[in-house]
Amino acid sequence: MANIPQKVVHQYLRHDKKFPHVWCAGCSNGIILGAIIRAIASMELDRDNLVMVSGIGCSSRMPVYIDLNTLHTLHGRAIAFATGIKMHKPKMKVIVVTGDGDCTAIGGNHLIHAARRNIDLNVILVNNNIYGMTGGQCSPTTPYGAFATTAPYGNIEPDFDICNLVLGAGASFVARTTAFHVVEMQNYIQAAIEHPGFSMIEVLSACPVIYGRLNKKGGAPQMMKEFRDNSLPVTAVDKLPPDQVEGKIIRGILRKEIRPEYCAAYADLVSRVQVTGGKNDAKI
Amino acid sequence: MTQRYEIRLSGSGGQGLILAGIILARAAVLDDHKVTQTQSYGPESRGGYSRADVIISDREIYFPEATNFNCLLALTQEACDKYLFDLRDTGTLIIDTTYVKNLALAADNTYELPFTEIAQNDLGSAITTNVLSLAFLVKVTDIVSDKSLEASIARSVKPAFIDLNLKAMRLGFKLAESYRN
Amino acid sequence: MLKTTASKSTKAKTPKTPTPAGPKPSAQRTKSKLNELQRDLERKTIIMQGNEAVAYGALDAGVNFFAGYPITPSTEVAEILSAELPKRGGTFIQMEDEIASICAIIGASLTGAKSLTATSGPGFSLMQEGIGFAKITETPCVVVDVQRMGPSTGMPTSPAQGDIMQAKWGSHGDSPAIVLYPDSVKESYELTIRAVNLAEKYRTCVILLLDEVLGHMRESVRLPDMATVRVINRIKPTVPPHWYKHYDENQKYLSPLASFGDGYRFHVSGLTHDVHGFPTSKSGEAAEMMERLRKKISYNIRDLVQIESYEMDDAKIAIFAAGITARAAKEAIVMARYEGIKVGLLRPLTIWPFPDDAVRKMLRAVDTVIVPELNQGQLIHEIRRLTKDKSDSDVLTIQRVNGQLITPNDILHKIKEVI
Repeated sequence: MANIPQKVVHQYLRHDKKFPHVWCAGCSNGIILGAIIRAIASMELDRDNLVMVSGIGCSSRMPVYIDLNTLHTLHGRAIAFATGIKMHKPKMKVIVVTGDGDCTAIGGNHLIHAARRNIDLNVILVNNNIYGMTGGQCSPTTPYGAFATTAPYGNIEPDFDICNLVLGAGASFVARTTAFHVVEMQNYIQAAIEHPGFSMIEVLSACPVIYGRLNKKGGAPQMMKEFRDNSLPVTAVDKLPPDQVEGKIIRGILRKEIRPEYCAAYADLVSRVQVTGGKNDAKI
Repeated sequence: MTQRYEIRLSGSGGQGLILAGIILARAAVLDDHKVTQTQSYGPESRGGYSRADVIISDREIYFPEATNFNCLLALTQEACDKYLFDLRDTGTLIIDTTYVKNLALAADNTYELPFTEIAQNDLGSAITTNVLSLAFLVKVTDIVSDKSLEASIARSVKPAFIDLNLKAMRLGFKLAESYRN
Repeated sequence: MLKTTASKSTKAKTPKTPTPAGPKPSAQRTKSKLNELQRDLERKTIIMQGNEAVAYGALDAGVNFFAGYPITPSTEVAEILSAELPKRGGTFIQMEDEIASICAIIGASLTGAKSLTATSGPGFSLMQEGIGFAKITETPCVVVDVQRMGPSTGMPTSPAQGDIMQAKWGSHGDSPAIVLYPDSVKESYELTIRAVNLAEKYRTCVILLLDEVLGHMRESVRLPDMATVRVINRIKPTVPPHWYKHYDENQKYLSPLASFGDGYRFHVSGLTHDVHGFPTSKSGEAAEMMERLRKKISYNIRDLVQIESYEMDDAKIAIFAAGITARAAKEAIVMARYEGIKVGLLRPLTIWPFPDDAVRKMLRAVDTVIVPELNQGQLIHEIRRLTKDKSDSDVLTIQRVNGQLITPNDILHKIKEVI
């Protein structure tokens, strides 16, 4: 990445149209957008054949700023829209940017079914543990005991392990990283885009203004430090005693396997049917 | 108006009445009639109520449901009780005496046969009751031609069951002929 | 039609129609088993179900993408398209729910597909948010709603006409609707094609309302020859990408539409947007967007509205009914006319936008209006709105919500009450 000059980001931004952006100071969304852009640029992907789809939420505002084919959809439904795009034009690369509330609460159903189908979408799930855009309500990933405006006495719900959820649903590529690990994030995004099948990268993101303040996490630098100090690469987990793994964020590619991709399976079905002429319906 | 001929096939789910309705409708098309076929059934695939209406006419058919039947086929007591009074005075009533034991009204044109029993005993399966009784109905009412009914059965049932159903049809025809005599 | 002229008769005059880019007419396609099947289907009188007619209408209109979720009484549409679309290289996908279905067809449409979904009551309710998204983003798509008795789960296999208002107002916010309402199997075929055409032309979600009875009913029908079927495709932009406005104001508010992958790299958002599609909170731009949505319908009423007038020439009593209820009305009119009663029928094929002018004009000629409908009063309010000069006793209703149809006798009875 060192050979890619920083200004590459600006080549991809719609800087003449919709800036300044909506994100708060210290928000990780810009870092994540930067990593996505650098991944796209270093892969030299054809922008005209790239679509970025998002739902509703802070991270879902990302498409408006990037000069690709962009679609900002309904709350929770980004993956469903993306499925339509990918199925009609399988050659297009489809990146879905979504948040923890967007994708695991209201859109949880679409997430698990896309994973099950193994349709070639690249889901970048920005997990800031809270509903930021609406002012700090608890989400399915708000940790047990944490505070939110709708959990003023502390959250009594267990939180989702998103990676485990998606692994359980059968995703063929699952990774986790944090907004602090920018290079790692970019590498994972590249690997996910190259992967033929459903991929999901959970990116832990800092929301200092809403989540940080409600939970006394300090400012953005403190939250970034926490990502650095409180996370472990998955490769290190086996080498460490369990007590040193407990409570840590496990980063890394958690699964990468090849299994039949949905659009390819559908294309096979089409060519099979077109040879045989399909079902001979009894039409009078 | 006089050309409009209304048939209701009634019984319970699983007796194949809707298929019988489709077969009759398709036969009517082969005879160059205009036709509509509607149905009403309960949520169950087996059991519950089920009925199929077929309207055959040579003019435009507006209302597609039978309200004043020229012919009623009732395969269950419940269906017979429910629909008997909508049969017009000159209408034809055909009942399956395997299940219909009481007739609330004595219609002039009534045909009583244990279709289910006959299908079970002579054809080896009660599943052919629908085609057996339909063929009987067709012969008695003369509403579509035998040839069209045969062609329609061949097109409407799964290939593996064509022979069995044609056998049922021929038996139905025979029963109707001997009933008349 | 084409078959007779284009087959063996050597009419040298018949000019070969210049074939523009796109799929060739069926007659010119190479011979295959599939084409034979298709030709059979198009030429002969057959019995066909309403839902089947919708499926084949969709195919003939060029629909190449279907996403749906099983629900009685619309499931046959999905079943048929799951068999037929792959044969034609189109896409069928059964989604995880109706919400996903409407979203997938919008996504596919933005990528250039002609897309359609079919559902019923509960599924139609779930789709409402997506329908609003298609409207605000001006993305062509078609939703077929085979109405069943409600509210809620209601009676899945029983007819009702309870979704007439929902089809117009179901999605939150304010937006005009195009809703078509057939009354026969053949018209289900024709209006499905028209729905797809209007969706492409007006860049919006068009809704086709069917009655449960019609969806499941079989009827002898002879579909028009494919060569006579008029198919409209969306207008593609011809300007260079930096000139392209996703919501450009063109003639009568119908503007070209680029697809993802065409090189235009536009932005689509459900947020109130400017002409490029970027979110805006400026009141001027917001008003402009809303006006655009309204005007593209209201400036094109003549193109959108279709009505049928049956025995209205000398009628003193008019029946206003849609769908299956109109068929009962026609039967009643035949019976009434037999007795010398002058009664006619007005039937909307386009239910939204409401045929105000046509209805107003024709109703001026009659003394009494009867509005039979399978709900607790929806169309009646539209008629009352247009018949302010008539007293309440001149605008009568027949309403039924018990899962049964309004019969010709019910209507005849009402007619006789009037005279």
